[in-house]
Amino acid sequence: MAAGSVAEVKEALAGAGYLADESAALVSFLAQRLGKPVLVEGPAGVGKTELAKALSRATGRELIRLQCYEGLDEAKALYEWNYRKQLLRIQAGGESGWEDVHDDIFDKEFLLERPLMQAIASADPVVLLIDEIDKTDQEFEAMLLELLSDFQITIPELGQVSATTMPIVVLTSNNSRELTEALKRRCLYLWLDYPDLQREMEIVHLHAPELPETLNRRLVEVVGMIRALDLKKPPSIAESIDWARTLLLMGAEDIDRETFEQSMSIIVKHRTDIDLVAERVGMKLAESVRPQA
Amino acid sequence: MPSPYGPKPEAAPPGLTAKLLGFCEELRSEGVAVGTSEILDAFSALEQVPWSSQDDFREALAATIAKSQEDRRLFELLFERWFFRAAEVEAIERGVAEAGQRHEGGERLDIDELREQIRQAIVEGNDGEMRDLARLAIAAFGRQEGSGVVGVDVQRIRRTLGLSAGAQQTAEDGAAELPPIDRDQLNRFERHLRRELERDLIERTSTLPPSRPLAELDRALPTNPTQDLAAVHRAVSQMKRRLATLGHEQRGRRQARTVDVRRTMRASLQTGGVPLYLRYRPKRPRRPEIYVLCDVSTSVTSASVFFLSVLHALHDSFRKLRSFVFIERISEVTEVFERERDFRQIAQRISSEGGVADVSGYTDYGRVWLEFLTEISEELDPRSTVIVLGDARTNGREPHAEVFAQISERAGRLFWLNPEPKLYWNYGDSVMAAYERYCDGAFECWTTRHLENFVNVVAGGIPAGD
Repeated sequence: MAAGSVAEVKEALAGAGYLADESAALVSFLAQRLGKPVLVEGPAGVGKTELAKALSRATGRELIRLQCYEGLDEAKALYEWNYRKQLLRIQAGGESGWEDVHDDIFDKEFLLERPLMQAIASADPVVLLIDEIDKTDQEFEAMLLELLSDFQITIPELGQVSATTMPIVVLTSNNSRELTEALKRRCLYLWLDYPDLQREMEIVHLHAPELPETLNRRLVEVVGMIRALDLKKPPSIAESIDWARTLLLMGAEDIDRETFEQSMSIIVKHRTDIDLVAERVGMKLAESVRPQA
Repeated sequence: MPSPYGPKPEAAPPGLTAKLLGFCEELRSEGVAVGTSEILDAFSALEQVPWSSQDDFREALAATIAKSQEDRRLFELLFERWFFRAAEVEAIERGVAEAGQRHEGGERLDIDELREQIRQAIVEGNDGEMRDLARLAIAAFGRQEGSGVVGVDVQRIRRTLGLSAGAQQTAEDGAAELPPIDRDQLNRFERHLRRELERDLIERTSTLPPSRPLAELDRALPTNPTQDLAAVHRAVSQMKRRLATLGHEQRGRRQARTVDVRRTMRASLQTGGVPLYLRYRPKRPRRPEIYVLCDVSTSVTSASVFFLSVLHALHDSFRKLRSFVFIERISEVTEVFERERDFRQIAQRISSEGGVADVSGYTDYGRVWLEFLTEISEELDPRSTVIVLGDARTNGREPHAEVFAQISERAGRLFWLNPEPKLYWNYGDSVMAAYERYCDGAFECWTTRHLENFVNVVAGGIPAGD
């Protein structure tokens, strides 16, 4: 994908199974043109990670993923010296002098590349996904700054390793904490939210094509209704899709109260939420079914 | 520099640079941190998109300049205003006007037909259509009897057209049922109306109305119940998400101080059994028992209810949470929060069921302490946290600071939140100083930021007292 225009990017993403809205397509386009990382924020389950995967499919680049968590450090994110191999080297070359060994053991051969390093050193262009960056601490963010602005990593023993090919970098965040200004300044910002009715219907259709149009509309409406409630965990897009597939398996023709109660656990996964949804949404469903019967 | 991707789209028209810089300046004045590097990014982004498409233009700007949802919201508001004004200034300067054909045909139009068309456009959500129809509507209604105040005119036209959100009543002549109108869509139509009316006004008077800074409304705590509830809700849900993960960063291994022997031994295998690297036990977050006492007298009601609803939204972070409201007497309202989720309903129920106002309706702090102590004293222990939210205005009654001191002694921690700025403490009938010395911390709390900071303190995120 040469990224000629926003429309082309959008089309390519759609080809990869991701229906991007205007802003997502535009930011993906800008990311490729300007070579800047993209920071994607939004509630859980709106397809932040999926965007990176789709970009990798659409551009034909390899996806390198770094899943962030508390306590992630550079040894697991950047690189580590393979000290076992270094030990072996020292022992195996018993007769050679210290000077030789000293230069030898800090060589590329003894370097264990972790995801960030892989992305930088890769000969082919890649898509680098740094997932849930808000789970890490601020020190880790600071460590990323060099990588994000210059696409290079400094290893004290080796010097700088610079990227030969521009990776597309996607960072995702659930906004559970405020990211530092320095990090944000280096990124393009994209806020993803739950899609509107029409687009969600298209998404569900894309992933569950056998689902009839009317049922699809009904499903998306109900999911929208549930999201409007104040839940602990509102249903994500992936869960809408799961629900659609479940309905297909159940052979349901309409979402009435019974089907809803049977399959509700697919989209609502919290004890108190289930009660609330059954009360607020289940009731409405009963009313809407009766005139049909 | 030739771009590796082929020729650039047409260069931006002269003068755009200045306009953009002005726009960024405006954003900064509203508190959005726009750095020079971001402005540079914005320019290089704009080179990549055709500037003549408004959507692309705006998205490209937003992606490079507005780096959080909050900033994005401000960006949208200011973008509309700034470029609208910029265009109008230009129009006045060049003497461009379209008054000639502007209102042609307005008088000839059949009102019923217009109403139908507008309804159609709103339901379909077609922006261009809506704008044209808004102009027609203004022509038909606004011209002869415009009040000159834009907001009033918008509502008047909307009412005349019989447009309202929600399900539509069946037309009187028994025609087919009309599709319901979405509130957001209707708002969009109103925006078009407003925009066109403003344009009209500017054209007539050849001057721009002065630009006002955006209201600080959503950044401050609600001070009266009629305030924009959507804004309150937005603030709550945002804070909820942020605070739900409260103290998580503290849980990491880095800040912990107890050596985890098992993990240290395991790690020592890498170094031949020598424990070179110490591993630490993670720190558990503090899950305090919380007693909240909220003044709900008229001066501070909304701030207290808002505060309570935030605490209850965070119920999971606390081991036990009991809420009390008081004016002259004290009354427990924990249950109300467990049943209701809607901020407005809670406010209503508390005022109707609380039963806290006795005769005068003026706060009596002294009596409240006495009642609280008799009711709850056995349950207070060093692990419990008591939070008082009130303005410490006793209306001249006995403050009973010594009873307050007893509460402070029994409870592990005692915090006071005052919805008044620190400047006003101890003025008039405020006896803040008498209570403050028994508190582990007294905070002013009149913006959501203050509140967020405070909740963070309570849940053990950052040490109190800074």
